[in-house]
Amino acid sequence: MLLDTSAVGLIEVEEGTKILPPNIIITSFDKIINWGRLSSIWPTTFGLACCAIEMMAAGASHYDFDRFGIIFRGSPRQADCVIVAGTVTKKMAPVVRRVYDQIPEPRYVVAMGSCACTGGVFRTYSTVQGCDSFLPVDVYVPGCPPRPETLLEGMMLLQEKIRKERARWSPWR
Amino acid sequence: MAVTEVRVALYPAGIDPKEIAEKIREKFPDQVVDVAEFRDQISVIVKKDRIIPILRYLHDDPLLGFDHLQDLTAADYLNKKDVRFEVVYNLLSTRYRHRIRIRAQVPENDPKIGSCVPVWAGANWHERECYDMFGIEFSGHPDHRRILMPEDWEGYPLRKDYPLKGPELDKDWPGFTDVLKRSKELKEFEWEG
Repeated sequence: MLLDTSAVGLIEVEEGTKILPPNIIITSFDKIINWGRLSSIWPTTFGLACCAIEMMAAGASHYDFDRFGIIFRGSPRQADCVIVAGTVTKKMAPVVRRVYDQIPEPRYVVAMGSCACTGGVFRTYSTVQGCDSFLPVDVYVPGCPPRPETLLEGMMLLQEKIRKERARWSPWR
Repeated sequence: MAVTEVRVALYPAGIDPKEIAEKIREKFPDQVVDVAEFRDQISVIVKKDRIIPILRYLHDDPLLGFDHLQDLTAADYLNKKDVRFEVVYNLLSTRYRHRIRIRAQVPENDPKIGSCVPVWAGANWHERECYDMFGIEFSGHPDHRRILMPEDWEGYPLRKDYPLKGPELDKDWPGFTDVLKRSKELKEFEWEG
């Protein structure tokens, strides 16, 4: 349907977004930046245990993370997000923290599986009881290990969280 | 049928484990403490002093030929036996297909035993793990370090008197408590927008 620009003027397609036909869109910085961010969450490939197998399955063709713009990156410096997939041992904790520290802001953390969320069945001397003790976790994905659908749901929750952000951008950062 | 004959020629019949135990007892009469049997598996319980000559004999004797150390581990018999630790050697002869288990008693006040790396080079990491988990020292080991836990970890986790949930947070491994401390310090720089 072609719109007659002279007659219609600005059209509000949703709250906060207006279109001036044929090709001018008026919206807020928040909306366009959040839309860009949530459509291209790039997690770093960082698997710790059996959850990593499910993470790989979610990334492969059958479940296909790519359709959400979620593309695994080989380096934390090119990533937006870290999926803590598996048991975090105390010996591994400094490494996990270093991977997180290398991610440029804004950065997000998804704790995948019971072990990363709470320590799971491993209430032992060598296991960190939940990676939220040293990482700011955004989404907890339960399961042992979670099915790929569960991880997809978790990433979609993260997208919703990013969509609701306000003014998480600034010119000097 | 020809195949069967070849197999017989290649794999001579092994010796009954009970006979092997008797051979060890004859060769080292003052070292063998006991011979235990559990589900047709024979364990020879020996003293730790001459463990390397015993293992060397089992390895080198042409009729025994224990060329494969299947596993090396330890057991903690806290409050169950007089001698607290036993280092367990599971041996297999790939030539004769017979097995034997050697258990060397290691007392708590002197947890030291000779290293069998010169006999089986594969024992290297097993002994390191055994040292890491039970704190049993293997004298003469070429690379005597912890293998799984961090090198500055205190305590030996598989000992029965080690708390399952590990040390309290204030006495925990410094590498981990440093991460907790640093993450708290860095929290104020988290970019909230």
